Amino acid sequence: MSSKKNKEAFLTPLGLNNPVTVQVLGICSALAVTAKLMPAIVMGISVTIITALSNVVISCLRKTIPLRIRIIVQLVVVAALVTIVSEVLKAFAYDISVQLSVYVGLIITNCILMGRLEAFAMQNEPWPSFLDGIGNGLGYAKILIIVAFFRELFGSGTLFGINILNYDCVAGAGYVNNGLMLMPPMALIIVACIIWWQRAHNKDLQQK
Amino acid sequence: MNALRNFLDNVKPKFQEGGKFAKFRSTFGAFETFLFTPNETNKCGVHVRDAVDLKRTMIVVVLALVPALLFGMYNTGYQHFRMTGELADVTFWQIFFKGFLAVLPIIVVSYVVGLAIEFASAQMRGHEVNEGFLVSGMLIPLVMPADVPLWMVGVATAFAVIFGKEVYGGTGMNFWNPALLARVFLFFAYPTKMSGETAWYYNYSSEVAVDGFSGATPLALANGGHYTAFSDAFFGLIPGSIGETSAVAILIGAFILLYTGVASWKTMISVFVGGIAMGWLFNQIGSADNAMAQLPWYNHLVYGGFCFGAVFMATDPVTSARTEGGKFIYGFLIGAMAIVIRVLNPGFPEGMMLAILLMNTFAPLIDHFFVQANINRRKKRLTIKA
Repeated sequence: MSSKKNKEAFLTPLGLNNPVTVQVLGICSALAVTAKLMPAIVMGISVTIITALSNVVISCLRKTIPLRIRIIVQLVVVAALVTIVSEVLKAFAYDISVQLSVYVGLIITNCILMGRLEAFAMQNEPWPSFLDGIGNGLGYAKILIIVAFFRELFGSGTLFGINILNYDCVAGAGYVNNGLMLMPPMALIIVACIIWWQRAHNKDLQQK
Repeated sequence: MNALRNFLDNVKPKFQEGGKFAKFRSTFGAFETFLFTPNETNKCGVHVRDAVDLKRTMIVVVLALVPALLFGMYNTGYQHFRMTGELADVTFWQIFFKGFLAVLPIIVVSYVVGLAIEFASAQMRGHEVNEGFLVSGMLIPLVMPADVPLWMVGVATAFAVIFGKEVYGGTGMNFWNPALLARVFLFFAYPTKMSGETAWYYNYSSEVAVDGFSGATPLALANGGHYTAFSDAFFGLIPGSIGETSAVAILIGAFILLYTGVASWKTMISVFVGGIAMGWLFNQIGSADNAMAQLPWYNHLVYGGFCFGAVFMATDPVTSARTEGGKFIYGFLIGAMAIVIRVLNPGFPEGMMLAILLMNTFAPLIDHFFVQANINRRKKRLTIKA
Protein backbone atom coordinates (compact mmCIF):
# COMPACT_ATOMS: atom_id res chain seq x y z
CA MET A 1 0.00 0.00 0.00
CA SER A 2 2.80 2.40 0.76
CA SER A 3 5.61 0.97 -1.27
CA LYS A 4 8.55 3.12 -2.35
CA LYS A 5 6.95 3.74 -5.71
CA ASN A 6 3.71 4.93 -4.14
CA LYS A 7 5.55 7.25 -1.81
CA GLU A 8 7.37 8.68 -4.78
CA ALA A 9 4.12 9.22 -6.69
CA PHE A 10 2.81 11.17 -3.74
CA LEU A 11 5.91 13.12 -2.72
CA THR A 12 7.76 14.16 -5.88
CA PRO A 13 4.97 16.49 -7.11
CA LEU A 14 5.32 18.41 -3.87
CA GLY A 15 8.96 19.17 -4.51
CA LEU A 16 11.26 18.07 -7.30
CA ASN A 17 8.52 17.45 -9.83
CA ASN A 18 6.11 20.19 -8.88
CA PRO A 19 3.45 20.65 -11.57
CA VAL A 20 3.65 24.46 -11.45
CA THR A 21 7.30 25.27 -10.82
CA VAL A 22 8.97 22.37 -12.63
CA GLN A 23 6.51 21.25 -15.30
CA VAL A 24 5.13 24.80 -15.62
CA LEU A 25 1.52 23.66 -15.92
CA GLY A 26 -1.61 25.31 -14.56
CA ILE A 27 -0.11 28.79 -14.76
CA CYS A 28 -3.29 30.54 -15.94
CA SER A 29 -5.26 29.75 -12.83
CA ALA A 30 -2.23 30.51 -10.67
CA LEU A 31 -2.44 34.05 -12.05
CA ALA A 32 -6.19 34.35 -11.89
CA VAL A 33 -7.25 33.22 -8.43
CA THR A 34 -4.30 34.22 -6.27
CA ALA A 35 -5.10 37.86 -5.51
CA LYS A 36 -6.61 36.70 -2.21
CA LEU A 37 -5.60 33.80 0.02
CA MET A 38 -9.01 32.24 0.63
CA PRO A 39 -10.01 31.65 -3.01
CA ALA A 40 -6.53 30.28 -3.65
CA ILE A 41 -6.91 27.70 -0.90
CA VAL A 42 -10.37 26.67 -2.08
CA MET A 43 -9.08 26.42 -5.64
CA GLY A 44 -6.17 24.29 -4.48
CA ILE A 45 -8.48 21.93 -2.58
CA SER A 46 -10.90 21.68 -5.52
CA VAL A 47 -8.13 20.82 -7.96
CA THR A 48 -6.69 18.27 -5.51
CA ILE A 49 -10.05 16.51 -5.12
CA ILE A 50 -10.79 16.52 -8.84
CA THR A 51 -7.31 15.33 -9.83
CA ALA A 52 -7.37 12.51 -7.30
CA LEU A 53 -10.87 11.29 -8.12
CA SER A 54 -10.51 11.55 -11.87
CA ASN A 55 -7.21 9.70 -11.63
CA VAL A 56 -8.96 6.88 -9.74
CA VAL A 57 -11.87 6.68 -12.17
CA ILE A 58 -9.68 6.70 -15.27
CA SER A 59 -7.30 4.24 -13.70
CA CYS A 60 -10.19 1.83 -13.05
CA LEU A 61 -11.40 2.21 -16.64
CA ARG A 62 -7.97 2.26 -18.25
CA LYS A 63 -8.16 -1.25 -19.70
CA THR A 64 -11.57 -0.76 -21.24
CA ILE A 65 -11.08 2.69 -22.78
CA PRO A 66 -10.39 2.46 -26.52
CA LEU A 67 -7.16 4.35 -27.13
CA ARG A 68 -8.53 6.44 -29.96
CA ILE A 69 -11.26 8.10 -27.91
CA ARG A 70 -9.48 8.22 -24.56
CA ILE A 71 -9.24 12.01 -24.43
CA ILE A 72 -13.01 12.33 -24.76
CA VAL A 73 -13.58 9.75 -22.04
CA GLN A 74 -11.14 11.59 -19.78
CA LEU A 75 -12.87 14.88 -20.47
CA VAL A 76 -16.28 13.45 -19.60
CA VAL A 77 -15.00 12.17 -16.28
CA VAL A 78 -13.28 15.46 -15.44
CA ALA A 79 -16.27 17.52 -16.54
CA ALA A 80 -18.59 15.50 -14.32
CA LEU A 81 -16.31 15.98 -11.30
CA VAL A 82 -15.85 19.68 -11.99
CA THR A 83 -19.59 20.14 -12.17
CA ILE A 84 -20.06 18.36 -8.85
CA VAL A 85 -17.38 20.50 -7.15
CA SER A 86 -18.80 23.65 -8.67
CA GLU A 87 -22.32 22.84 -7.38
CA VAL A 88 -20.99 21.96 -3.93
CA LEU A 89 -19.16 25.29 -3.75
CA LYS A 90 -22.26 27.16 -4.82
CA ALA A 91 -24.27 25.41 -2.13
CA PHE A 92 -21.85 25.67 0.80
CA ALA A 93 -19.39 28.47 0.01
CA TYR A 94 -21.32 30.82 -2.22
CA ASP A 95 -19.14 33.91 -1.68
CA ILE A 96 -16.00 32.12 -2.63
CA SER A 97 -17.58 30.48 -5.63
CA VAL A 98 -18.54 34.00 -6.80
CA GLN A 99 -14.94 35.14 -6.33
CA LEU A 100 -13.60 32.17 -8.23
CA SER A 101 -16.24 32.79 -10.91
CA VAL A 102 -15.43 30.96 -14.13
CA TYR A 103 -12.20 29.50 -12.83
CA VAL A 104 -13.91 26.58 -11.10
CA GLY A 105 -15.48 25.61 -14.40
CA LEU A 106 -12.16 26.13 -16.10
CA ILE A 107 -10.49 23.51 -13.92
CA ILE A 108 -11.52 21.21 -16.75
CA THR A 109 -8.93 22.89 -18.95
CA ASN A 110 -6.24 22.76 -16.28
CA CYS A 111 -3.27 21.12 -17.92
CA ILE A 112 -2.29 19.36 -14.71
CA LEU A 113 -5.45 17.24 -14.82
CA MET A 114 -5.12 15.98 -18.36
CA GLY A 115 -1.41 15.61 -17.89
CA ARG A 116 -1.78 13.33 -14.89
CA LEU A 117 -4.53 11.30 -16.56
CA GLU A 118 -2.45 10.75 -19.67
CA ALA A 119 0.90 10.29 -18.00
CA PHE A 120 -0.02 8.36 -14.89
CA ALA A 121 -3.59 7.10 -14.51
CA MET A 122 -3.62 5.39 -17.91
CA GLN A 123 -0.70 3.18 -16.89
CA ASN A 124 -1.17 2.60 -13.16
CA GLU A 125 -3.38 0.94 -10.57
CA PRO A 126 -6.11 3.02 -8.86
CA TRP A 127 -4.31 3.37 -5.50
CA PRO A 128 -1.03 4.81 -6.86
CA SER A 129 -3.11 6.97 -9.21
CA PHE A 130 -5.04 8.32 -6.26
CA LEU A 131 -1.80 9.19 -4.43
CA ASP A 132 -0.40 10.76 -7.58
CA GLY A 133 -3.52 12.90 -7.96
CA ILE A 134 -3.44 14.03 -4.32
CA GLY A 135 0.29 14.79 -4.60
CA ASN A 136 -0.06 16.85 -7.75
CA GLY A 137 -3.10 18.67 -6.45
CA LEU A 138 -1.28 19.56 -3.24
CA GLY A 139 1.83 20.58 -5.13
CA TYR A 140 -0.34 22.94 -7.18
CA ALA A 141 -2.13 24.17 -4.06
CA LYS A 142 1.17 24.79 -2.32
CA ILE A 143 2.37 27.21 -5.02
CA LEU A 144 -1.03 28.89 -5.20
CA ILE A 145 -1.01 29.50 -1.46
CA ILE A 146 2.54 30.91 -1.46
CA VAL A 147 1.72 33.25 -4.33
CA ALA A 148 -1.61 34.32 -2.81
CA PHE A 149 0.03 34.89 0.57
CA PHE A 150 2.45 37.45 -0.85
CA ARG A 151 -0.09 39.02 -3.17
CA GLU A 152 -2.73 39.54 -0.52
CA LEU A 153 -0.24 40.62 2.13
CA PHE A 154 1.51 43.25 0.00
CA GLY A 155 -1.35 44.09 -2.34
CA SER A 156 -4.15 44.59 0.19
CA GLY A 157 -2.22 44.52 3.46
CA THR A 158 -4.48 41.74 4.71
CA LEU A 159 -4.53 37.97 5.16
CA PHE A 160 -7.88 36.14 4.92
CA GLY A 161 -9.32 39.65 4.83
CA ILE A 162 -7.89 40.51 8.27
CA ASN A 163 -5.84 43.69 8.39
CA ILE A 164 -2.14 42.98 8.91
CA LEU A 165 -0.17 45.90 7.52
CA ASN A 166 -2.47 48.89 7.19
CA TYR A 167 -1.79 50.92 10.29
CA ASP A 168 -0.66 54.48 10.68
CA CYS A 169 2.61 53.99 12.50
CA VAL A 170 4.11 57.44 12.78
CA ALA A 171 2.16 60.48 11.68
CA GLY A 172 0.36 58.85 8.80
CA ALA A 173 3.46 57.01 7.59
CA GLY A 174 2.33 53.43 7.33
CA TYR A 175 2.27 50.70 4.77
CA VAL A 176 0.90 51.71 1.36
CA ASN A 177 -0.84 48.98 -0.57
CA ASN A 178 0.99 47.99 -3.73
CA GLY A 179 -1.60 47.92 -6.51
CA LEU A 180 0.66 46.02 -8.88
CA MET A 181 0.58 43.03 -6.52
CA LEU A 182 -3.12 42.60 -7.25
CA MET A 183 -2.52 42.47 -11.00
CA PRO A 184 -1.79 39.18 -12.76
CA PRO A 185 1.77 40.11 -13.89
CA MET A 186 2.94 40.15 -10.29
CA ALA A 187 1.70 36.56 -9.80
CA LEU A 188 3.88 35.57 -12.71
CA ILE A 189 6.88 37.32 -11.15
CA ILE A 190 6.28 35.62 -7.79
CA VAL A 191 5.99 32.22 -9.48
CA ALA A 192 9.24 33.05 -11.28
CA CYS A 193 10.90 33.87 -7.96
CA ILE A 194 9.77 30.54 -6.51
CA ILE A 195 11.18 28.76 -9.56
CA TRP A 196 14.39 30.76 -9.18
CA TRP A 197 14.70 29.81 -5.52
CA GLN A 198 13.92 26.16 -6.17
CA ARG A 199 16.43 25.80 -9.00
CA ALA A 200 19.12 27.59 -7.04
CA HIS A 201 18.70 25.01 -4.27
CA ASN A 202 18.37 21.89 -6.45
CA LYS A 203 21.28 21.23 -8.74
CA ASP A 204 19.26 18.48 -10.53
CA LEU A 205 16.76 21.01 -11.85
CA GLN A 206 19.31 23.35 -13.38
CA GLN A 207 19.49 23.18 -17.13
CA LYS A 208 22.86 22.41 -18.56
CA MET B 1 46.17 63.14 -9.92
CA ASN B 2 49.48 61.41 -9.36
CA ALA B 3 48.75 60.92 -5.68
CA LEU B 4 45.48 59.25 -6.59
CA ARG B 5 47.23 57.02 -9.14
CA ASN B 6 49.87 56.05 -6.59
CA PHE B 7 47.25 55.27 -3.99
CA LEU B 8 45.41 53.03 -6.43
CA ASP B 9 48.61 51.25 -7.41
CA ASN B 10 49.43 50.71 -3.75
CA VAL B 11 46.15 49.08 -2.83
CA LYS B 12 45.76 47.19 -6.10
CA PRO B 13 47.57 43.99 -5.01
CA LYS B 14 45.15 43.58 -2.13
CA PHE B 15 42.29 43.32 -4.58
CA GLN B 16 43.94 40.91 -6.98
CA GLU B 17 43.80 37.12 -6.94
CA GLY B 18 44.98 35.91 -3.53
CA GLY B 19 44.83 39.36 -1.99
CA LYS B 20 42.98 40.24 1.18
CA PHE B 21 39.99 41.78 -0.59
CA ALA B 22 40.01 39.59 -3.69
CA LYS B 23 36.25 39.21 -3.33
CA PHE B 24 35.78 42.89 -4.06
CA ARG B 25 38.03 43.06 -7.09
CA SER B 26 35.26 44.08 -9.43
CA THR B 27 34.32 46.94 -7.11
CA PHE B 28 37.93 48.07 -7.19
CA GLY B 29 38.08 47.67 -10.94
CA ALA B 30 34.94 49.76 -11.34
CA PHE B 31 36.42 52.67 -9.41
CA GLU B 32 39.82 52.39 -11.04
CA THR B 33 38.47 52.47 -14.57
CA PHE B 34 36.04 55.19 -13.62
CA LEU B 35 38.91 57.43 -12.53
CA PHE B 36 41.54 56.47 -15.10
CA THR B 37 41.36 55.17 -18.62
CA PRO B 38 42.47 51.55 -18.36
CA ASN B 39 45.85 50.90 -20.00
CA GLU B 40 45.33 47.20 -20.51
CA THR B 41 45.10 45.94 -24.06
CA ASN B 42 43.52 42.81 -25.36
CA LYS B 43 45.86 39.93 -26.11
CA CYS B 44 43.62 38.00 -28.44
CA GLY B 45 41.33 39.05 -31.30
CA VAL B 46 39.80 42.44 -30.70
CA HIS B 47 36.55 43.96 -31.84
CA VAL B 48 37.24 47.60 -31.14
CA ARG B 49 35.48 49.85 -33.59
CA ASP B 50 35.92 53.08 -31.70
CA ALA B 51 38.21 54.71 -29.19
CA VAL B 52 35.28 55.31 -26.86
CA ASP B 53 34.42 52.65 -24.30
CA LEU B 54 31.12 52.05 -22.54
CA LYS B 55 31.88 54.39 -19.64
CA ARG B 56 32.57 57.34 -21.95
CA THR B 57 29.43 56.60 -23.97
CA MET B 58 27.38 56.60 -20.80
CA ILE B 59 28.94 59.86 -19.65
CA VAL B 60 27.91 61.52 -22.91
CA VAL B 61 24.31 60.49 -22.28
CA VAL B 62 24.48 61.82 -18.72
CA LEU B 63 25.87 65.11 -20.07
CA ALA B 64 23.06 65.26 -22.61
CA LEU B 65 20.59 64.84 -19.75
CA VAL B 66 22.01 67.82 -17.84
CA PRO B 67 19.95 70.54 -19.63
CA ALA B 68 16.74 68.61 -18.99
CA LEU B 69 17.82 68.03 -15.39
CA LEU B 70 18.65 71.68 -14.68
CA PHE B 71 15.47 72.86 -16.32
CA GLY B 72 13.55 70.17 -14.41
CA MET B 73 14.91 71.52 -11.13
CA TYR B 74 13.93 75.05 -12.04
CA ASN B 75 10.50 73.96 -13.17
CA THR B 76 9.94 71.94 -10.00
CA GLY B 77 10.60 75.05 -7.94
CA TYR B 78 8.49 77.13 -10.31
CA GLN B 79 5.51 74.78 -10.07
CA HIS B 80 5.86 74.65 -6.28
CA PHE B 81 5.69 78.41 -5.95
CA ARG B 82 2.90 78.57 -8.52
CA MET B 83 0.95 76.18 -6.29
CA THR B 84 1.56 78.28 -3.17
CA GLY B 85 0.92 81.51 -5.07
CA GLU B 86 4.28 83.05 -4.12
CA LEU B 87 5.65 83.25 -7.62
CA ALA B 88 5.82 87.02 -7.63
CA ASP B 89 7.84 87.21 -4.40
CA VAL B 90 10.71 84.84 -5.17
CA THR B 91 13.89 85.29 -7.19
CA PHE B 92 15.23 83.02 -9.91
CA TRP B 93 17.75 81.42 -7.54
CA GLN B 94 15.18 80.80 -4.83
CA ILE B 95 13.05 79.00 -7.37
CA PHE B 96 15.97 76.97 -8.62
CA PHE B 97 17.16 76.11 -5.11
CA LYS B 98 13.69 74.91 -4.10
CA GLY B 99 13.64 72.61 -7.10
CA PHE B 100 17.19 71.51 -6.44
CA LEU B 101 16.23 70.46 -2.91
CA ALA B 102 13.27 68.52 -4.29
CA VAL B 103 15.13 66.70 -7.05
CA LEU B 104 18.48 65.96 -5.41
CA PRO B 105 17.17 63.38 -2.88
CA ILE B 106 15.42 61.50 -5.69
CA ILE B 107 18.68 61.34 -7.65
CA VAL B 108 20.61 60.20 -4.57
CA VAL B 109 18.10 57.46 -3.74
CA SER B 110 17.99 56.23 -7.32
CA TYR B 111 21.79 56.01 -7.58
CA VAL B 112 22.39 54.53 -4.13
CA VAL B 113 19.78 51.80 -4.49
CA GLY B 114 20.59 50.99 -8.09
CA LEU B 115 24.37 50.97 -7.71
CA ALA B 116 24.18 48.95 -4.49
CA ILE B 117 22.29 46.22 -6.34
CA GLU B 118 24.58 46.44 -9.36
CA PHE B 119 27.72 46.14 -7.22
CA ALA B 120 26.26 43.36 -5.07
CA SER B 121 25.22 41.27 -8.06
CA ALA B 122 28.56 41.86 -9.79
CA GLN B 123 30.39 40.59 -6.70
CA MET B 124 28.13 37.56 -6.43
CA ARG B 125 28.71 36.57 -10.01
CA GLY B 126 32.35 37.56 -10.10
CA HIS B 127 31.66 39.88 -13.01
CA GLU B 128 33.02 43.32 -13.50
CA VAL B 129 30.71 46.11 -12.44
CA ASN B 130 28.89 47.45 -15.47
CA GLU B 131 28.36 51.08 -16.21
CA GLY B 132 24.81 50.82 -17.45
CA PHE B 133 23.31 52.19 -14.29
CA LEU B 134 25.06 55.54 -14.61
CA VAL B 135 22.47 56.51 -17.19
CA SER B 136 19.48 54.65 -15.73
CA GLY B 137 20.15 56.24 -12.35
CA MET B 138 19.86 59.66 -13.93
CA LEU B 139 16.86 58.77 -16.10
CA ILE B 140 14.81 57.42 -13.20
CA PRO B 141 14.56 60.77 -11.31
CA LEU B 142 13.77 62.56 -14.56
CA VAL B 143 10.68 60.44 -15.24
CA MET B 144 9.34 60.76 -11.69
CA PRO B 145 6.79 63.33 -10.55
CA ALA B 146 8.35 65.87 -8.18
CA ASP B 147 6.28 64.87 -5.18
CA VAL B 148 6.99 61.14 -5.35
CA PRO B 149 7.91 59.70 -1.90
CA LEU B 150 11.56 58.69 -1.76
CA TRP B 151 10.91 55.16 -0.59
CA MET B 152 8.83 54.60 -3.73
CA VAL B 153 11.78 55.66 -5.84
CA GLY B 154 13.90 53.16 -3.94
CA VAL B 155 11.43 50.30 -4.32
CA ALA B 156 10.87 51.02 -8.00
CA THR B 157 14.60 51.25 -8.70
CA ALA B 158 15.24 47.97 -6.92
CA PHE B 159 12.42 46.31 -8.85
CA ALA B 160 13.62 47.66 -12.17
CA VAL B 161 17.27 46.72 -11.64
CA ILE B 162 16.57 43.24 -10.28
CA PHE B 163 13.67 42.14 -12.49
CA GLY B 164 14.41 44.26 -15.52
CA LYS B 165 18.13 43.80 -15.72
CA GLU B 166 19.96 41.47 -13.36
CA VAL B 167 17.74 38.44 -13.93
CA TYR B 168 18.52 38.69 -17.64
CA GLY B 169 22.25 38.93 -17.02
CA GLY B 170 22.98 42.59 -16.34
CA THR B 171 23.87 45.52 -18.55
CA GLY B 172 23.44 44.81 -22.22
CA MET B 173 21.19 41.81 -21.66
CA ASN B 174 18.02 43.57 -20.54
CA PHE B 175 15.28 43.95 -23.07
CA TRP B 176 13.28 46.59 -21.22
CA ASN B 177 14.50 50.04 -20.43
CA PRO B 178 15.16 49.95 -16.65
CA ALA B 179 14.16 53.56 -16.05
CA LEU B 180 10.81 53.06 -17.76
CA LEU B 181 10.31 49.83 -15.89
CA ALA B 182 10.77 51.73 -12.63
CA ARG B 183 8.17 54.24 -13.75
CA VAL B 184 5.69 51.67 -15.00
CA PHE B 185 6.07 49.80 -11.70
CA LEU B 186 5.09 52.89 -9.73
CA PHE B 187 2.38 53.79 -12.22
CA PHE B 188 0.57 50.52 -11.62
CA ALA B 189 1.54 49.97 -7.99
CA TYR B 190 0.81 53.41 -6.59
CA PRO B 191 -1.34 55.20 -9.17
CA THR B 192 -2.40 57.95 -6.76
CA LYS B 193 1.19 59.11 -6.35
CA MET B 194 2.06 58.89 -10.03
CA SER B 195 -0.83 60.67 -11.72
CA GLY B 196 -3.67 62.99 -10.91
CA GLU B 197 -3.41 66.67 -10.17
CA THR B 198 -1.23 66.85 -7.08
CA ALA B 199 1.67 64.51 -7.79
CA TRP B 200 3.54 67.08 -9.85
CA TYR B 201 3.99 69.62 -7.06
CA TYR B 202 6.78 69.34 -4.53
CA ASN B 203 5.35 69.31 -0.99
CA TYR B 204 1.80 69.62 -2.21
CA SER B 205 -0.84 70.11 0.41
CA SER B 206 -4.29 71.55 0.01
CA GLU B 207 -3.61 73.96 2.89
CA VAL B 208 -0.83 75.88 1.16
CA ALA B 209 -2.30 75.68 -2.33
CA VAL B 210 -3.93 78.86 -3.54
CA ASP B 211 -7.70 78.89 -3.86
CA GLY B 212 -9.05 77.35 -7.01
CA PHE B 213 -5.65 75.91 -7.88
CA SER B 214 -5.82 73.21 -10.52
CA GLY B 215 -2.69 71.27 -11.29
CA ALA B 216 -3.54 68.99 -14.16
CA THR B 217 -0.93 68.24 -16.80
CA PRO B 218 -1.44 69.30 -20.43
CA LEU B 219 -2.41 65.74 -21.36
CA ALA B 220 -5.05 65.55 -18.63
CA LEU B 221 -6.35 68.97 -19.66
CA ALA B 222 -6.43 67.96 -23.31
CA ASN B 223 -8.62 65.02 -22.35
CA GLY B 224 -11.14 67.54 -21.12
CA GLY B 225 -10.87 69.54 -24.33
CA HIS B 226 -8.61 72.30 -23.03
CA TYR B 227 -5.42 72.57 -25.06
CA THR B 228 -2.25 74.05 -23.61
CA ALA B 229 -0.56 76.39 -26.08
CA PHE B 230 2.23 74.87 -28.17
CA SER B 231 4.78 77.46 -27.04
CA ASP B 232 4.06 76.89 -23.31
CA ALA B 233 4.57 73.18 -23.68
CA PHE B 234 7.60 73.71 -25.90
CA PHE B 235 9.44 75.84 -23.33
CA GLY B 236 8.15 73.69 -20.55
CA LEU B 237 6.99 75.69 -17.53
CA ILE B 238 4.11 73.23 -17.17
CA PRO B 239 3.33 70.47 -14.69
CA GLY B 240 4.78 67.07 -15.54
CA SER B 241 7.50 64.62 -14.59
CA ILE B 242 10.74 66.32 -13.58
CA GLY B 243 12.70 66.05 -16.80
CA GLU B 244 10.04 65.71 -19.45
CA THR B 245 8.37 69.11 -19.61
CA SER B 246 10.74 71.25 -21.66
CA ALA B 247 11.16 70.34 -25.32
CA VAL B 248 13.94 72.94 -25.60
CA ALA B 249 16.13 71.35 -22.94
CA ILE B 250 15.51 67.91 -24.40
CA LEU B 251 16.39 69.09 -27.91
CA ILE B 252 19.73 70.42 -26.62
CA GLY B 253 20.33 66.94 -25.22
CA ALA B 254 19.24 65.42 -28.52
CA PHE B 255 21.76 67.60 -30.33
CA ILE B 256 24.58 66.40 -28.06
CA LEU B 257 23.57 62.77 -28.54
CA LEU B 258 23.35 63.09 -32.32
CA TYR B 259 26.53 65.15 -32.68
CA THR B 260 28.57 62.59 -30.72
CA GLY B 261 26.86 59.73 -32.52
CA VAL B 262 25.79 58.06 -29.28
CA ALA B 263 22.12 57.88 -30.19
CA SER B 264 20.76 56.76 -33.54
CA TRP B 265 19.17 59.54 -35.59
CA LYS B 266 17.17 56.86 -37.39
CA THR B 267 15.32 55.84 -34.23
CA MET B 268 14.85 59.40 -33.05
CA ILE B 269 13.52 60.76 -36.35
CA SER B 270 11.21 57.84 -36.94
CA VAL B 271 9.64 58.17 -33.48
CA PHE B 272 8.70 61.74 -34.36
CA VAL B 273 7.52 60.71 -37.83
CA GLY B 274 5.37 57.98 -36.28
CA GLY B 275 3.88 60.40 -33.79
CA ILE B 276 3.19 63.03 -36.45
CA ALA B 277 1.63 60.52 -38.81
CA MET B 278 -0.65 59.00 -36.21
CA GLY B 279 -1.53 62.39 -34.69
CA TRP B 280 -2.38 63.74 -38.13
CA LEU B 281 -4.45 60.67 -38.91
CA PHE B 282 -6.50 61.13 -35.74
CA ASN B 283 -6.93 64.83 -36.62
CA GLN B 284 -8.39 63.78 -39.97
CA ILE B 285 -10.76 61.27 -38.38
CA GLY B 286 -11.48 63.73 -35.56
CA SER B 287 -14.32 62.00 -33.73
CA ALA B 288 -16.44 64.68 -32.12
CA ASP B 289 -16.62 63.19 -28.62
CA ASN B 290 -12.91 62.48 -28.24
CA ALA B 291 -11.01 65.66 -27.41
CA MET B 292 -7.68 63.85 -27.64
CA ALA B 293 -8.33 62.89 -31.27
CA GLN B 294 -8.78 66.53 -32.15
CA LEU B 295 -5.61 67.63 -30.39
CA PRO B 296 -3.43 69.10 -33.19
CA TRP B 297 -0.66 66.67 -34.11
CA TYR B 298 2.16 69.13 -33.33
CA ASN B 299 0.85 69.50 -29.76
CA HIS B 300 1.15 65.76 -29.21
CA LEU B 301 4.89 66.06 -29.74
CA VAL B 302 5.48 68.54 -26.94
CA TYR B 303 2.94 67.26 -24.41
CA GLY B 304 3.89 64.75 -21.75
CA GLY B 305 6.86 62.49 -22.19
CA PHE B 306 6.85 62.24 -25.97
CA CYS B 307 10.03 64.26 -26.57
CA PHE B 308 11.86 62.80 -23.60
CA GLY B 309 10.94 59.26 -24.60
CA ALA B 310 11.90 59.78 -28.23
CA VAL B 311 15.31 61.27 -27.42
CA PHE B 312 16.50 59.41 -24.35
CA MET B 313 14.41 56.25 -23.98
CA ALA B 314 13.71 54.95 -27.46
CA THR B 315 17.34 55.39 -28.53
CA ASP B 316 18.77 53.28 -25.70
CA PRO B 317 21.17 51.08 -27.70
CA VAL B 318 20.51 47.99 -25.56
CA THR B 319 16.74 47.86 -25.75
CA SER B 320 16.12 49.32 -29.19
CA ALA B 321 16.27 47.45 -32.46
CA ARG B 322 19.86 46.94 -33.60
CA THR B 323 19.49 46.46 -37.33
CA GLU B 324 19.64 49.72 -39.24
CA GLY B 325 16.38 49.12 -41.13
CA GLY B 326 14.76 47.79 -37.98
CA LYS B 327 15.37 51.09 -36.22
CA PHE B 328 13.01 52.86 -38.62
CA ILE B 329 10.18 50.42 -37.97
CA TYR B 330 10.88 50.28 -34.26
CA GLY B 331 10.89 54.06 -33.93
CA PHE B 332 7.85 54.61 -36.13
CA LEU B 333 5.78 52.12 -34.16
CA ILE B 334 6.78 53.72 -30.85
CA GLY B 335 5.58 57.12 -32.03
CA ALA B 336 2.40 55.72 -33.54
CA MET B 337 1.57 53.49 -30.56
CA ALA B 338 2.12 56.34 -28.11
CA ILE B 339 -0.47 58.47 -29.87
CA VAL B 340 -2.87 55.53 -30.24
CA ILE B 341 -2.70 54.84 -26.49
CA ARG B 342 -3.13 58.51 -25.62
CA VAL B 343 -6.10 59.01 -27.87
CA LEU B 344 -7.98 55.74 -27.54
CA ASN B 345 -7.38 55.01 -23.85
CA PRO B 346 -7.90 58.01 -21.58
CA GLY B 347 -6.96 55.76 -18.64
CA PHE B 348 -3.32 55.96 -19.70
CA PRO B 349 -2.59 59.57 -20.58
CA GLU B 350 1.10 58.81 -20.75
CA GLY B 351 1.14 56.48 -23.74
CA MET B 352 4.82 57.04 -24.48
CA MET B 353 6.02 54.93 -21.56
CA LEU B 354 3.83 51.98 -22.49
CA ALA B 355 4.59 52.33 -26.20
CA ILE B 356 8.34 52.20 -25.65
CA LEU B 357 8.13 49.20 -23.33
CA LEU B 358 5.88 47.44 -25.82
CA MET B 359 8.28 48.04 -28.69
CA ASN B 360 11.26 47.09 -26.50
CA THR B 361 9.58 43.71 -26.25
CA PHE B 362 9.24 43.45 -30.01
CA ALA B 363 12.66 44.84 -30.93
CA PRO B 364 14.35 41.40 -31.09
CA LEU B 365 11.55 40.19 -33.38
CA ILE B 366 12.03 43.15 -35.74
CA ASP B 367 15.76 42.47 -35.76
CA HIS B 368 15.16 38.82 -36.50
CA PHE B 369 13.20 39.58 -39.64
CA PHE B 370 15.73 42.10 -40.90
CA VAL B 371 18.64 39.74 -40.34
CA GLN B 372 16.69 36.92 -41.97
CA ALA B 373 15.84 39.09 -44.99
CA ASN B 374 19.50 39.92 -45.38
CA ILE B 375 20.51 36.28 -45.19
CA ASN B 376 17.90 35.35 -47.80
CA ARG B 377 18.99 38.13 -50.15
CA ARG B 378 22.60 37.02 -49.97
CA LYS B 379 21.65 33.39 -50.45
CA LYS B 380 19.77 34.33 -53.61
CA ARG B 381 22.78 36.22 -54.89
CA LEU B 382 24.90 33.17 -54.22
CA THR B 383 22.65 30.79 -56.17
CA ILE B 384 22.41 33.08 -59.18
CA LYS B 385 26.18 33.22 -59.48
CA ALA B 386 26.50 29.48 -59.06
